[in-house]
Amino acid sequence: MRPAASVILLTTLLGAGQGLFLAVFTHQAHALLGVISPEGAKGFHGPASVVALALLAAGLVASFFHLGRPERAWRSAAKWRTSWLSREVIVLPAFMGTVFLYGAMHLTGVNPVILRLPGGVAVDASVVVGVAGTILAFALFVCTAMIYACLRFLREWHSPLTVANYVLLGTASGFTLAAALAARLAPAEAPFFAGWALAFTVLGAVSRGASLARNARLRPVSSLQTAIGVRHPVIRQISQGFTAGSFNTREFFHGQAMSLVRSVKWLFLLFAFAIPAALLASHLASGSAVVLAAALVAQMAGLMAERWFFFAEANHPQNIYYQAVA
Amino acid sequence: MTQLALVIDLNVCVGCHACVTSCKEWNTSGEAGPLPDTNAYGEMYAGTFFNRVQTYEVGCYPATETVHFPKSCLHCEDPPCVPVCPTGASYKRKEDGIVLVDYDKCIGCKYCSWACPYGARELDDQNRVMKKCTLCVDRIYDTGLAPQDRRPACVMACPTSARLFGDIHDPESEVSRAIREEGGYPLMPEWGTHPANHYLPRRKTHVRIHADELERADNPLKVDRQQPRPAKGEPTLDDAVTW
Repeated sequence: MRPAASVILLTTLLGAGQGLFLAVFTHQAHALLGVISPEGAKGFHGPASVVALALLAAGLVASFFHLGRPERAWRSAAKWRTSWLSREVIVLPAFMGTVFLYGAMHLTGVNPVILRLPGGVAVDASVVVGVAGTILAFALFVCTAMIYACLRFLREWHSPLTVANYVLLGTASGFTLAAALAARLAPAEAPFFAGWALAFTVLGAVSRGASLARNARLRPVSSLQTAIGVRHPVIRQISQGFTAGSFNTREFFHGQAMSLVRSVKWLFLLFAFAIPAALLASHLASGSAVVLAAALVAQMAGLMAERWFFFAEANHPQNIYYQAVA
Repeated sequence: MTQLALVIDLNVCVGCHACVTSCKEWNTSGEAGPLPDTNAYGEMYAGTFFNRVQTYEVGCYPATETVHFPKSCLHCEDPPCVPVCPTGASYKRKEDGIVLVDYDKCIGCKYCSWACPYGARELDDQNRVMKKCTLCVDRIYDTGLAPQDRRPACVMACPTSARLFGDIHDPESEVSRAIREEGGYPLMPEWGTHPANHYLPRRKTHVRIHADELERADNPLKVDRQQPRPAKGEPTLDDAVTW
């Protein structure tokens, strides 16, 4: 498949935005349960929610560049019963609204206590909204990943590992972003986020590594023999029917040398996982704020390379029909 | 239920591309809007087509055969391109099984083309919506046309009658009979899309002739071992008779 910049930006920015919201609410939930002190993070949840919302909005804007007819985008909520793309289109604004509400509650302080748990834990409105947002964040991860994972003939994508990757990589980048933000807004809490970010980065590396290993062993199901229905071991395409390009020759081929694709694989393994993990670990050891910013930049760049590779790696069966121009 | 489809006979197709040009001509002038070409007379030309004819060489020289292979939307009975469409622009008609795109609803997200293993859909770069074979839905029901003309443009154009058109759910239709009796097969059956369009394979006509078929064993003229004709040198009837 040809990687489109709009989809690469859409999926990486949305992932980071969702991950950042999950990070913010993870902190609040820990504070609520008394695992950590809520005092250190004063003035963090609101601004961080604004950043998450900005990332989601940027992803949404990027998605419009993928459409031939962006002015009709509103129609895409229609077929949620069958289409994961349609479900994503519904869940994304719902999630953005929830993040907006969550951020507004923290920024304005309008946050009434709704109930008191028997242990004396006060559950305020932002917790309820946060739980809803957490559910929606995971729903959005699943929708985004299933857009790709549900296409059964794109076998590189048709795997539960695709869903695991979208969840873990998005969460990892969001927690890294949260750590970098906390280093500026609430320095005492930066190690909390950095620790989680390190864990998710390592888990993401395991899951992405597993999908790389799986995809390397895939054997194509379709062949030229099944494509044209001729049972002969030796078939050669002489003409694809036209000498110029077409949608079929543009959309489904990345058009890059295999050496470049392989380089991108090693680059993203380095930048999305190895370098951020090392930097996050060094922050946990040293407490330095600069390494968190560096980890964030490296991981976002790495994840964009990862997404590029994700598309380039997928080999569409229609390519069998376009092996020789004339 | 009706399922209209094409049955394409690879044994007969000569790869003349008449179906391609006829399809383009009909569908670029129809009420659904043009099938535009970009830079049609320049160097980097490109265009949108519903139908292409590809050519394959099967076997190793000198034992090779050329197979011309027309390729268009197969109007799958379980079309994977339809459920993924977020707007419902891509749909399969219940009444005749034709898979269509509503060009007024399509947002050009290309997701349906990803979901089609055959590469049957092409994005129209100028109208920025997905286009595909309609089985000439604007011809086949047009009562203004003579009944024999209510067939897809590609079928009308084929000089060798390699393209048959009809209802594959009607067991007595021409297409059903061709599939049943001539070994019709679907493309990439491994994906379970159940394409409605079928292809008829290349077929060699072999005639086995035995020696006793060349000379009639029970020829009555040979029963008494007499030759039916005069021997060489003897006068024949032609010598004796003036007609």
